[in-house]
Amino acid sequence: MYGLGILKGLGVTIRHFIDTYKDDVLYGFRKYSKSQDNFAVRQGTQATGAYTVQYPEEKVAVPERFRFTPFLVVNDADHESPGEDWCTSCGICSKVCPPQCIWIVRGTDPATGRPVPQPEAFFIDIDICMNCGFCAEFCPFDAIKMDHDYEMASYDRTSVNIHDKERLSKPFSYWMKIAPTTATEEADARGGWEHSDVIKEKKKKADAEAKAAAKAAAPAAPAPVAAAVGEAVAAPVAEAVAVAESAEDEEKKKAERLAKREAALARKKANKGD
Amino acid sequence: MSSKELDLRQVHDTEFPLPAEMQGNVAITSLSKIYNWSRRSSMWPMLFGLACCAIEMIGTASSRFDFSRFGMEVMRATPRQSDLMIVSGTVTKKMIVPIVRLYNQMPEPKYVMAMGACASGGGPFKEGYNVVSGIDKYLPVDVYVPGCPPTPQALLYGLIALQKKIDGQSLANLDDVPWYGVGPSEPTPIPILGPDIIDPRQMDLIRRQAELAAAGKPYGVRELPPVVKTTKAIPSKAAKAAVAEVVDEGELKRREEAARRRQAVLARKRARDAAKGV
Amino acid sequence: MVDYEVQAPPTTGSAQDAATYLKARFPGVVSDDTRPGFQGVIVQADKLGEVAQAIRDELGYNYLSSATAVDYLGAGDHMEMVYHAYRISGGGALNFKVQTEREKPVVPSLVNVYPGANFQEREAYDLYGIHFSGHPNLKRILMWEGFAGYPMRKDWREAYYEGEAKPFESRWPAGWVHRAEERNVFGSNVRYPADFDLSKLTDISDQAVYNSASISGMGVDYQQDEMETDQLVVNMGPHHPSTHGVFRMVLKLDGETITGLEPVMGYLHRNHEKIGERNTYLHNIPFTDRLDYISSMGNNFGYVMAVEQLMALGARYTPPTRRAEIIRVLMAELTRIVNHLWSIGFFLNDLGAFFTPMLYANAEREKILDFFEAVAGSRLMCNYMRFGGVFKDIPDRIRSTANLMNDRIRDYDTMEFLSDMINERLPRFLEEYDRYLTGNEILLERTVGQGVLSAEDAIAMSCAGPLLRGSGVAYDVRRADPYSIYPELDFDIPVGKQGDLFDRYMVRMQEMHESLRILRQLLPLLEETKGQDIMSGTRAYNPRIPQGESYGRVENPKGELGFYVVSWGDAKGTQNPWRYHVRAPSFINLTALGPMSVGQKVADVVSILGSIDIVLGETDR
Repeated sequence: MYGLGILKGLGVTIRHFIDTYKDDVLYGFRKYSKSQDNFAVRQGTQATGAYTVQYPEEKVAVPERFRFTPFLVVNDADHESPGEDWCTSCGICSKVCPPQCIWIVRGTDPATGRPVPQPEAFFIDIDICMNCGFCAEFCPFDAIKMDHDYEMASYDRTSVNIHDKERLSKPFSYWMKIAPTTATEEADARGGWEHSDVIKEKKKKADAEAKAAAKAAAPAAPAPVAAAVGEAVAAPVAEAVAVAESAEDEEKKKAERLAKREAALARKKANKGD
Repeated sequence: MSSKELDLRQVHDTEFPLPAEMQGNVAITSLSKIYNWSRRSSMWPMLFGLACCAIEMIGTASSRFDFSRFGMEVMRATPRQSDLMIVSGTVTKKMIVPIVRLYNQMPEPKYVMAMGACASGGGPFKEGYNVVSGIDKYLPVDVYVPGCPPTPQALLYGLIALQKKIDGQSLANLDDVPWYGVGPSEPTPIPILGPDIIDPRQMDLIRRQAELAAAGKPYGVRELPPVVKTTKAIPSKAAKAAVAEVVDEGELKRREEAARRRQAVLARKRARDAAKGV
Repeated sequence: MVDYEVQAPPTTGSAQDAATYLKARFPGVVSDDTRPGFQGVIVQADKLGEVAQAIRDELGYNYLSSATAVDYLGAGDHMEMVYHAYRISGGGALNFKVQTEREKPVVPSLVNVYPGANFQEREAYDLYGIHFSGHPNLKRILMWEGFAGYPMRKDWREAYYEGEAKPFESRWPAGWVHRAEERNVFGSNVRYPADFDLSKLTDISDQAVYNSASISGMGVDYQQDEMETDQLVVNMGPHHPSTHGVFRMVLKLDGETITGLEPVMGYLHRNHEKIGERNTYLHNIPFTDRLDYISSMGNNFGYVMAVEQLMALGARYTPPTRRAEIIRVLMAELTRIVNHLWSIGFFLNDLGAFFTPMLYANAEREKILDFFEAVAGSRLMCNYMRFGGVFKDIPDRIRSTANLMNDRIRDYDTMEFLSDMINERLPRFLEEYDRYLTGNEILLERTVGQGVLSAEDAIAMSCAGPLLRGSGVAYDVRRADPYSIYPELDFDIPVGKQGDLFDRYMVRMQEMHESLRILRQLLPLLEETKGQDIMSGTRAYNPRIPQGESYGRVENPKGELGFYVVSWGDAKGTQNPWRYHVRAPSFINLTALGPMSVGQKVADVVSILGSIDIVLGETDR
């Protein structure tokens, strides 16, 4: 019969219409209640009919990995050095940024003129940013993260859409709050909840303490002990001393490397100038 | 409505020549309220999408986010019947010509929303040779919605921001409602597709540059704005801790300060620009 | 169109055999490309037509996938046209190239041999200034007529030019922020030629369109009725609601019948390839999201495959892990469903079923987008795949935490969510959608027998995807030139019978069922490989890619998506591609729009365009 297909299709439309309101009739308008379960069911795979989100009264909370614009992680207020940047101004985020919307000014020590691992200024032009998340993915210090705050509409872009360091900085607890799982994973990888440099330093300190303790323990060791035992004690001490020396050496080497790098950069610039 | 606007005497301190004795009596403010409410509750966007953001715009129009809850369900395919132009995506030089034409065809009152990074300031494609770095180079934009692309909820937030903006407009202030002024509103000059796009409003500047080029003088290079470097001493840990405590006393305070600084920078920049005659 | 038959290819050997045959057949004309990492043969420019004829007719490479130009400035100082031809019966590519000078580059047009080269040659003319002798309609295609210069040439610089390659130096270590506008003379990114005379300015951008053969009257073999009527030229677009974006068609009408159609594009030409050549290899991944912005996962897949092929030329290379491949295919097939839901919804919109079918389809699409958002971080611009793997493993739970002043949270088990979608919700919806639409008499009358494209024409015009399969050609890259783990998966290739709108609609419906079939096979594999590595090798932010060329192609929902990537300039490997070209199915499928539409009513052109399923981000790039 001609028109049967149309009627069948209209049946589907009617079912959709009924499905949308079936819930209301069966459960007494539960979709307007604040219960979490209802919301999860309505936004999940079991939803029937239209499942409108009543924004702004209710909002689909975004998942952990959601990325909007980036922000910088700083220490919390109750931290021993509060407000300190996690960023070491290494520049990887600005290099890996596809549309090149990140500007970083590396901090320098005014006394020596040497670079210090802190950004003096940090800018992100969110009119260029493409929310790709590479900066967060490739940051070796977990210092830049993708924010979940998408409510950023403004009436004037020139004054608000270049985010400076002040605007970008958010405490670590904020990151913990919006992405607990990811933050935990990253902390596991770093070896603690602190910034990776702090962890390294602590480890170094602990090593040094262990060394000192071992040193203290070595002379205290009773003299008439068998030579074999004495050797056994002496060996780790020597090792610890070596470790400490190598750490110092490393620092020296690091400074040298940095200086070399600076010189190379200057040369490069000079060459470019020609 | 702020209490300031409810002061009728202040409201009437505009181009409307009301007799002095009537100024305390005529309730234009309430009329504004009704007028604004009806206007913002029936914003009809134009049915036109440019790029990726258009997909999210359609997502916003679909049943899950459904902007018809804000009175925007009637997306009109013709500019003659629409109030709001959502510039949803990258504006190219080739496309800016029809966009300006469409804008001119929209009846007043009309609003423009720059949706996404591309429409606001060029976005990731800013460096491209065929990309206009921001629709605001050609059209007056009312609301900018950042994001690449803004999620439907971000777009809804922008639409609510636009509604708030409309709510703030007073019927008595001709700056707010210029379409009730004398004479028709000026159309925006339509760009011309020459060897590159030509903005008719910049004709004089282009001519000057061309003359310089013909005379063999340097042209086409603008002096870089001087970089203001603040050689900031890196504070000690103790000093930083003190600063951080202040910072953490209140988010609001910090933001206020940041906003003030930005304003100051902006003012300086404007002054500089004015001095240059840009 | 072209009068040859689709027949079993005369030879079925590899591209190597074909090259040997060609060298013997055309001594002195055809020679091997001996540059390290490069494949294929180089043909002398003046004999290209002859050789191409032999490649098509004698060797059976009857499907021209991609034709593109490369500018080797400072590396031989020549222009090169690169062609990739395939056999419709399957197998690898025969890659042949033509070299010509940079100053006045001339190459014979291949439109007579491969009509699918039409738009691609116009693009090469537009962006590189290569003149194709014998091309019937050689005009600018992406930029406007009258634009100064050929912007894809290596020595052409745009107004906001900052450096030859990213990362730019001004960003670090002394990166004081600036807006590019502030350094540009007009404040807007324009660049006029030095001898620009404003007084002689004329806007000729539209004249060329109206002067083209299909509109100005020549070349249309449509028979008029007895009654003499004036023909009418109508512009549809670029902001017409049925053109799926900013696409413009100039129609010539006789009454309501279309007698000529000229597609005009470039309204969303955002310089993807120019920017892509400045980017590093990694930078390009999120840019590919914005090509076909409805199926970004598929674009990622194609691009990382092309670059992985290049990486495989180097010494240290490990292919992606098995789990990574499984996740990639999972994402690609979900993307196919997302895309087909969208395209069928909008196809129905074009037929006049205003918005209801599209809203139903979109409700299902949103659920898949939720999954994408939880896994990759974004609904549309997934940016999920990396060289050697994927961004992150699939999370155990699709969870959102309470933050930002909202208290509505969701928390689902990911595998449960997936299997619910794949085993219950989507099949149920497809069945319902089928009942809703397929039997509908209005739909049948509007689609059956309309916009017919024959198999021969579809192959000749390099059509791909559902457009090609709707015409009865069972050509699917997943089967014809298998990649990833597709060889071990069990699925069929749906084909149409007569190549009309209804066949394309049905092919899309069937493909969703086939995708579900693949997805069902993937679920146990996902469980099996749980916890295994998702990345092989290291996650480098600036990988060095060995010198060479590669053409990676995948079966994207819209058709065959290819990426031609050249790494050149440093024997040790490069960080930025020398050439980055996208073989966009939407762009090349439009070749068939004109031939399909002529003779149809004006209302049908809307549905014909809808059935091709274009997306402008990819068409214009």
